[in-house]
Amino acid sequence: MKIKTLILASVAAAAFAAPAMARDEIRIVGSSTVYPFSTKVAQEFEAKTGIKVVVESTGSGGGHKLFCAGVGTAHPDITNSSRRQKKSELETCAKNGVTDVVEVKVGFDGIVIANARSAPDLELSLEEVYRAFAQDIPAGDGSGDKCQFVPNPNTKWTDIRADLPDVKIEAYGPPPTSGTRDAFVEIAMEGGAEKVPCMKALKSADSKAFEAAARTLREDGAWIDAGENDSAIVQTLVRTPSAVGVFGFSFLDQNADKIKGATIDGVDPEFESIASGDYPVSRSLYFYIKKQHVGVVPGIQEYAVEFMSDGAAGPDGYLPPIGLIPLPPAELEQYQDVVKNMTTYSQ
Amino acid sequence: MASTEVKTGIHTSPEAARRLARRYRQEAFFQFMGLIAIVLALSALAWLMASIFGTGLSAFRQHEVQITASLDPELIDPERTGDPEVMRRGDYRTILQRAIYDRFPEAADDRKLRLQLMEVYSVAGGTGFLRDFVLDNPGRVGDTVTLWIPASDDVDQMLKGKFDLDVPQELRKVTDVQIAWVRELQASGELRASFNKILFLNTDSRDPELAGVAAAVVGSFYALLVTFVLSFPMGVAAAIYLEEFAPKNRFTDFIEVNINNLAAVPSIVFGLLGLAVFLNFFGLPRSAPLVGGMVLALMTLPTIIIATRASLKAVPPSIREGALGVGASKLQSIYHHVLPLAMPGILTGTIIGMAQALGETAPLLMIGMVAFVTQIPESITTPASALPVQVFLWSDSPERAWEERTSAAIIILLGFLTLMNLVAVLLRSRFERRW
Repeated sequence: MKIKTLILASVAAAAFAAPAMARDEIRIVGSSTVYPFSTKVAQEFEAKTGIKVVVESTGSGGGHKLFCAGVGTAHPDITNSSRRQKKSELETCAKNGVTDVVEVKVGFDGIVIANARSAPDLELSLEEVYRAFAQDIPAGDGSGDKCQFVPNPNTKWTDIRADLPDVKIEAYGPPPTSGTRDAFVEIAMEGGAEKVPCMKALKSADSKAFEAAARTLREDGAWIDAGENDSAIVQTLVRTPSAVGVFGFSFLDQNADKIKGATIDGVDPEFESIASGDYPVSRSLYFYIKKQHVGVVPGIQEYAVEFMSDGAAGPDGYLPPIGLIPLPPAELEQYQDVVKNMTTYSQ
Repeated sequence: MASTEVKTGIHTSPEAARRLARRYRQEAFFQFMGLIAIVLALSALAWLMASIFGTGLSAFRQHEVQITASLDPELIDPERTGDPEVMRRGDYRTILQRAIYDRFPEAADDRKLRLQLMEVYSVAGGTGFLRDFVLDNPGRVGDTVTLWIPASDDVDQMLKGKFDLDVPQELRKVTDVQIAWVRELQASGELRASFNKILFLNTDSRDPELAGVAAAVVGSFYALLVTFVLSFPMGVAAAIYLEEFAPKNRFTDFIEVNINNLAAVPSIVFGLLGLAVFLNFFGLPRSAPLVGGMVLALMTLPTIIIATRASLKAVPPSIREGALGVGASKLQSIYHHVLPLAMPGILTGTIIGMAQALGETAPLLMIGMVAFVTQIPESITTPASALPVQVFLWSDSPERAWEERTSAAIIILLGFLTLMNLVAVLLRSRFERRW
């Protein structure tokens, strides 16, 4: 008897799973770096309006893929991104009918190279970062127009510059699937490579080859992919004072009693220096709105307005204390207008 | 004569004594190695438990601060409408700020001090508690009320000794003046530690002091319900057919091998299958416990089939023959006699399969159950999270307070797993028949 009821119940469960129904909650996907800010806004927004917001942490690339898959309530309304949407992604969007996309820049995030408080201070230049972590580097000082690549010979920091600490180069950083890694290789590694004369020549001659050479991190054990979990990297640094870690600024900010950030080109990784753009390894954070959903799913525009309000993303709002580095006033105002008017963008 | 000497010599010669001693040595060595293996396994388990409980237990207590707030009607409901929707949008942040500045008037004039003072209290918690209080007691608007609100996560962590206070104050999350305020509040009895109800009753939150597992527990429950409803009847029916009715031939052998292989397939594969089939092809909602349960059901199905077949096999043939002998049909003999006797074994296998499903994260990530949800899901189609996913999400958050909460969530998950396994053990010892 019981078994018969169970079978009936299972058939019923399978039957009422009707496809794509109307929904009354806002669906957000995307970057795990923007996730903490997005969830904070969602929470405040829900408390004020009672409109439900569901935020999913899929990574920037996964977010754009879901976002651009189509229009309709089965697809998300907003995607968070720790980098700008790629041209190819916007084209996929257009191909699938997502023609009206609003781009909103919310603030900045710094990427830091940090080590334990007990370890010696690191003062690096971008070029030294490149020379420490690239798989193959130009031989000698890389002068001239043609690079002679050799497998990275630097095993200790002192091999790069004599007054750096006399310890082995050992870095724990994000894996290739991470947006933080994308930003690190693009800003720090490419930026450092450009400082080498022959790499600069290579960039103007063959930008693809330059990218491949600059972006490939060491595979000889000096760079260790430590997984997506930045808290784990922090704990590793405390246990291994000789190692350095690469991660987002908010983890340095929260753990400043245990770890410290290396200066890059003489600038400390600090809230003010990242906000002003003096710290070289920083990136912009975005979210993208599917304008065609505004008015269909209630609350999308109001959520965006809440996110960009002075009380949230503004310098005195509730997002900076949890690690968002705010936009300069003029740019903040510009994007407040964008969400007010739902201005679409193109690349 | 010579031949008898040889025969006794086999067991008494010095050589034989050596052989015997060697055999004893081998046995002692084997036992010793077995013991070492057990000790190693147990100490690994003990280490894991000690580290989880060591970091997690402190999360079950939380520090609270008392505030005395004046519920100014101008800020809550200036038109005196009494409408809950108006009251919901009241300016509780200002009410909280006034209450806190009144408590420490010396900080109220200096902007830097004011900001630091607000960081002692949970601002999101304070505004939320005030809002809930007003919505529950609309008649109290205009009164001055005393409430306990959570202390900020940094103060809570500091009082639990999780910060190194010896470093210069600009490197820590709590400054010297904040510590002084906290000590003053403690001395006057306005700051206390109490049992952390929030951890059990609240849903996920961006603020560690307000985060709880309630939505994740309910999400896991719905997913497991779907898993059970789908996999139990199907698994048992498949096992009965294979064991009692199916002819023994190459084809059924092939099916059997495949079921055993299916039990060993990594769970992420089922997640990808769920993404491709349930979400993309059938268009079922993302992040829903329904889809999570369906994916977990695929994973649990082979476990249930294997356990059920083993239990059916253990029922002696005489029971079947007896039933057939008094004129029962094959189906009657199974439903009236064999299945009830096999039930304890079947249920044990099912519960263990379900416990496995409860701890599974990877397939849920693929179908979007890794979501920030602030409301307890109402049905199996509303977006939800699950307990192990909650652990995963919390472990990757920057604030220090998440560390202990992650471990606490693991303890809660382990609690449910232990409970389920206990039920399985009880069922087996209570109802199992031996022949």
